[in-house]
Amino acid sequence: MKADVSSSGPPLVELKGISKRYGDLLANDGIDLSIEPGEIHALLGENGAGKSTLVKILYGVIEPSAGEILWEGRPVAIGSPVEARALGLGMVFQHFSLFDEMTVAENIAVALSGEWSLATVRGRLSEISRTYGLVLDADRAVWTLSAGERQRIEIVRCLLQNPRLLILDEPTSVLTPQESEHLFVTLDKLSAEGCSILYISHKLEEVRRLCRRATILRAGRVVATIDPRASTAREIAALMVGSEVGEIRTDAPHVPQEEVLRVDHLGMPPAGLHGQALKDINLVARAGEVVGIAGVAGNGQSELFAALSGERLAERADAIAIAGRACGTAGIDARRRLAAAFVPEERLGHAAAPTHRLSENTLISHAATEVSRSGFILVSAAKRLARSIIKSFDVRTPEGDPQARKLSGGNLQKFVIGREIIRKPKLLVVDQPTWGVDAGAARLIRQALVDLAREGSAVVVVSQDLDELFEVADQMAVIHQGRLSPLKPIGEWTREAVGLEMLGVAQAQGGAHAV
Amino acid sequence: MRFELMPRTSVSPVARALAPVVAFIISFLIAGFVIWLMGRSPIAAFDVYVLQPLSDPWSLQELLVKATPMALIAIGLSYCFRANLWNIGAEGQYVMGAVLGGWLALNTHGTEAGFWVLPLMLTLGIIGGALYGLIPAFLKTRFGVNEILTSLMLVYVAQLALDYLVRGPWRDPKGFNFPQSVTFDPSATLPPILESGRVHYGFVFAVIAVLVTAVILGRTLFGYRLKLTGDAPRAARFAGFNSSATTMTVFAVSGGLAGLAGISEVSGQIGQLQPSISPGYGFTAITVAFLGRLNPLGILVAALVVALTFIGGESAQILLKLPLDLTQAFQGILLLCVLAADALVSYRIRLVTRGGGK
Repeated sequence: MKADVSSSGPPLVELKGISKRYGDLLANDGIDLSIEPGEIHALLGENGAGKSTLVKILYGVIEPSAGEILWEGRPVAIGSPVEARALGLGMVFQHFSLFDEMTVAENIAVALSGEWSLATVRGRLSEISRTYGLVLDADRAVWTLSAGERQRIEIVRCLLQNPRLLILDEPTSVLTPQESEHLFVTLDKLSAEGCSILYISHKLEEVRRLCRRATILRAGRVVATIDPRASTAREIAALMVGSEVGEIRTDAPHVPQEEVLRVDHLGMPPAGLHGQALKDINLVARAGEVVGIAGVAGNGQSELFAALSGERLAERADAIAIAGRACGTAGIDARRRLAAAFVPEERLGHAAAPTHRLSENTLISHAATEVSRSGFILVSAAKRLARSIIKSFDVRTPEGDPQARKLSGGNLQKFVIGREIIRKPKLLVVDQPTWGVDAGAARLIRQALVDLAREGSAVVVVSQDLDELFEVADQMAVIHQGRLSPLKPIGEWTREAVGLEMLGVAQAQGGAHAV
Repeated sequence: MRFELMPRTSVSPVARALAPVVAFIISFLIAGFVIWLMGRSPIAAFDVYVLQPLSDPWSLQELLVKATPMALIAIGLSYCFRANLWNIGAEGQYVMGAVLGGWLALNTHGTEAGFWVLPLMLTLGIIGGALYGLIPAFLKTRFGVNEILTSLMLVYVAQLALDYLVRGPWRDPKGFNFPQSVTFDPSATLPPILESGRVHYGFVFAVIAVLVTAVILGRTLFGYRLKLTGDAPRAARFAGFNSSATTMTVFAVSGGLAGLAGISEVSGQIGQLQPSISPGYGFTAITVAFLGRLNPLGILVAALVVALTFIGGESAQILLKLPLDLTQAFQGILLLCVLAADALVSYRIRLVTRGGGK
């Protein structure tokens, strides 16, 4: 399946056996990758597949645990982004680093080293604008620009340093289709001039439009290097999300019980520049079942979580009903009092305060637990609660009541999930329950979620990990660009069908639901 | 080559306790060096700054008098700062408390108004400060305006308003055209705690504020709300704490305490309204709040320490002809040293040479 890329000399850059270990988690596992001069090479994979880690290693942001990088055949050590730039690497991050109050030229000048005056920057800027069709007004303040224009600044900033390899991380995630097409034209031109491009994406159509070769990562490993134009979307989807045969779960249909959560035509505008709007979401979760929501990150999962938890309020009260009570316009405390519980994706800073002790962290869900009375904290009750969570969920702590940040990811996750499960909520909504968690903790957490459902609660699990959803979910839907697919029993889903929904090509290919 | 701060894996409680002491000694050494550069004896300066005020009963009372407004204001500021909200305008809230409370004193001047004047004055002082503090809070929550700028700029508005009042409508007609109001009646004067002493009841208010705040911050959900808002704002929202409500509340509390400090100072210490009623207590209180590490008891101690530099600074001006600006510089050095010491207790400095430094 490997595509033929003819070249005479050595590849521009070659990664050999790159591994990166974070505690128990192997984010990159012996990755080999080579990029030829002038090639546009795609790096495909689900979120969490290890794309960002690999790119950060290449750009000198993080150090690999093992493996080597060859630059034009010579081994190099890239210790920092400064060294990476000196070598000829340029990177455009998904999130821009620009000063809103400064002009385009000023933003470019501050990022470059000392010898660039504002006048030289202006001159080169107009030159590059002309050559690559990157239209930019040097004197406009950044806050007046659109996302596409802001991205152009970042690209121009890289091009001013004459890069040999340009890395783009999900560049179209904030662009309109027209802006995207404009970007592709620029990239084609750059490639024709001999600049290599590493293009990171999970959008299949773009990759097929731009690239001849794509490396597909899954769970930190290279699963294939292919020519994306020679493979079908189905094949690529299967490669990205795992094998497509023999893994369909054939559970006996669970007994439907009373409805605990009903989401009815929920819509919500995006929260910011990088936000995703929710569009006409319909969802029902019944007591006794686990409902899985699959999807690639950034398709509205965190927005859906915020809407369900009440961190963002819906416009209509009846858009969301918990235990039969309309609560779309009620805050998170009110929903907790309806016996709902929530676990957000971010452990540190969202689910828990890093510098606070675990007993203090029990206060975060104070609205539904007995840790305060008439405004006063019941310190001993909070400590007792923390102790019993630690005991019931096997949380390994360095001391009796440590700060949350002292716990490993898996142990903290057990704690924040335990904090909610221990009071037996009627509804539990959890976003990415085992994100970045070691295998042992992940198993314990999944078991706890399933047990909670079997005891008569409704559990909604939002996850990017398909294996996890196939393991725990009774019903599943896929979220893509803020829209939720119909909910279907897990036995009716194939990985392929899920993959197509995740990539947004299910409708285009027609009838992928009806496998 | 650059320096990096690396978090220490374990922080010894002894080091944490000793940090302010070491910071204090280092700031004295720096100040001594500056004084030596100015051609004076650092030892004589130390004697004038520290030893003499602490050995003289009059100065000791003065210490409490000066510490009172700073402690009251800094206690209020600690509510804001814990929640990562930056009220820099306590000076203005102090002035507005004095203005609104003073308004009642001037309007009951020469009448037979009784015991109710003083409590009402103090209440008005609190309300004046709180309302003035709510302006930046409202602008922040409603329009997203940076509270640092608005609260700071409102200080000048308050000062100029007071200036206008005492030069214009509120000027004492028999005051030989001096820009000051009439002297408050006894019924509008905050009495001293001891009959012959100079320390007025404002100090009692400060002590009460310290104790109440210690309970609120340590034992109540509201105290935890502030801590959580400051340390992990997203977790605070997740906990159901509305950030706008938090902002409004802490600005009202800190403005109210600054206003109480203002009216206490005017009615217990100065006895009338005049263009300047504070040597910058509202700004120095920011230093005091951080010197005391936002801990109520720590703030009380820090207020006393900073009051000492004020009194020492005044005598140094008289006895050693050292400029009063040096006192402010010294307060600044002290704050920097304490913050640096705190940082070095939790972090160690690592020198990174080019090329990784591993």
